[in-house]
Amino acid sequence: MSIVLHDLHKSFGEKEVLRGFSLEVEEGQTLSIIGGSGAGKSVTLKHIVGLHQPDSGEVWVDGKAVSHLNQEALYELRRQVGYVFQFAALFDSMTVQENVGMGLRRIEGMSESDIAERVGECLALVELEGYGSHLPSELSGGQRKRVGLARAIATEPGYLLYDEPTTGLDPVTTAVIDRLIKRMREQLGVTGLVITHDMTSAYRISDRIAMLYEGRVRFEGTPDELKACEDPVVRGFIQGDPDLMAQK
Amino acid sequence: MASNSSTGTADDAADLPSGFVRAVGRPAVRVVRAVGSAGYLSRDAVQALRKVDLWGAHLLPQMWAVGVASVPIALFIAVFTGIVLALQASYTFTGAVPLYFVGALVGKTIMLELGPVLTGLALSGRVGANIAAEIGTMRVTEQIDALETLAYDPVAYLVVPRVLAGAIMFPAIVVLATAVGIAAGWGTSLFLLDMSSPEFFKGLRLFFEPWDVQFAAIKAVSFGIIVTATGCFFGYTTRGGAAGVGHATTRAVVVASMIILVLDAFWAAVLL
Repeated sequence: MSIVLHDLHKSFGEKEVLRGFSLEVEEGQTLSIIGGSGAGKSVTLKHIVGLHQPDSGEVWVDGKAVSHLNQEALYELRRQVGYVFQFAALFDSMTVQENVGMGLRRIEGMSESDIAERVGECLALVELEGYGSHLPSELSGGQRKRVGLARAIATEPGYLLYDEPTTGLDPVTTAVIDRLIKRMREQLGVTGLVITHDMTSAYRISDRIAMLYEGRVRFEGTPDELKACEDPVVRGFIQGDPDLMAQK
Repeated sequence: MASNSSTGTADDAADLPSGFVRAVGRPAVRVVRAVGSAGYLSRDAVQALRKVDLWGAHLLPQMWAVGVASVPIALFIAVFTGIVLALQASYTFTGAVPLYFVGALVGKTIMLELGPVLTGLALSGRVGANIAAEIGTMRVTEQIDALETLAYDPVAYLVVPRVLAGAIMFPAIVVLATAVGIAAGWGTSLFLLDMSSPEFFKGLRLFFEPWDVQFAAIKAVSFGIIVTATGCFFGYTTRGGAAGVGHATTRAVVVASMIILVLDAFWAAVLL
């Protein structure tokens, strides 16, 4: 039960986004990927669920090479991976309840009452009981992200991928989301991969942190190792000091 | 200065072929890529037909959205087309051709041409634009990616029910619009042209062929598929934010309208 990314290369037109990116997320761990905007963090995440195909290199999830799976096998794998989108990506014509139940409807043998029960459990887990009949447009940004998380965990996946789960949220809502991410690991044993710019969040939720820079991993280690890192690029990024980053 | 000017002229001359090639080549590459993408999407849509569990529940709502909700605009166009055709036919025929030919012209023109084509063009604006905007917005807000991560085939879920709804409902709308257009021509003949009902129907029956109805239905099915499939394609391949959705919507309407006119000529050449 691990995610392995090996020597990934990916270009969009002439822009080379990933240039030999390699990383491993071990079972039960939460690993955060930090890095500047446009560094390729979200692209990396989309490779894991087969939304992008690498130009070269390979992604293994649960021992399966993602780019070699046929469509049915890929959908089977995706049932094991929950994806929390940056802007929640809720289906705006559906209620919260319908959104959270979408993944469950793809599982054979689940009755309507089973789905309703599971949706209720997931909404309770993200502290949104009573919001089932609301439309996404009636929710705040933080609530939408929590619905996105509830939708991602509804099928009880072994892996959760979070694309900037706290971007644009106030500190209190950020802390609530961070607490939920930690709870996913502690209570459900989920292996997590988090894309974030928020260093406070990264320190709070991560077992390990990797920094993506110029298409490769520049640093990987525990939060304490990151704090002690002397690499000017890494230090410049976490301190928000572009002059220090320029000393590379 | 003279030297610079001379160099500039030489450079311009040297740039001319490559500039021309670039100006022609880039749009050509874009068109070829778009055709290739449309081919892949069509293949995926055909393969997705077997996933009835994903599109089945959405077919009826889409038939309502594509068909029933389009009836008012289709009938509005049909009524005024029928009126204008009757009046213009009368103006053209007076003194030269027996007036009962008004019925022949109204019936034949609406059934063979204006019923399917005007309805198709109007619905490319209403239905095609709506589909492109809806799916395009889902694309740029990552809702289509979300469908994929939830193990839904987005082509089966979004494209198939819309295209099937177009193929089923367009012929029904065209038949209705044709009937209403002919009725409007009949009413105009009665109340504005001093013709009698027997005269109008004599003309209507004169050149009527049962094949005309099948011809109109074939055209309507093809237009229904084109309008919905074009909307789906441009929506599905939308890039960028709100501007991207706007471009996709415009392209869906323009391209569908052009294909309708080309198909119209094609069917006339092949089937008549």
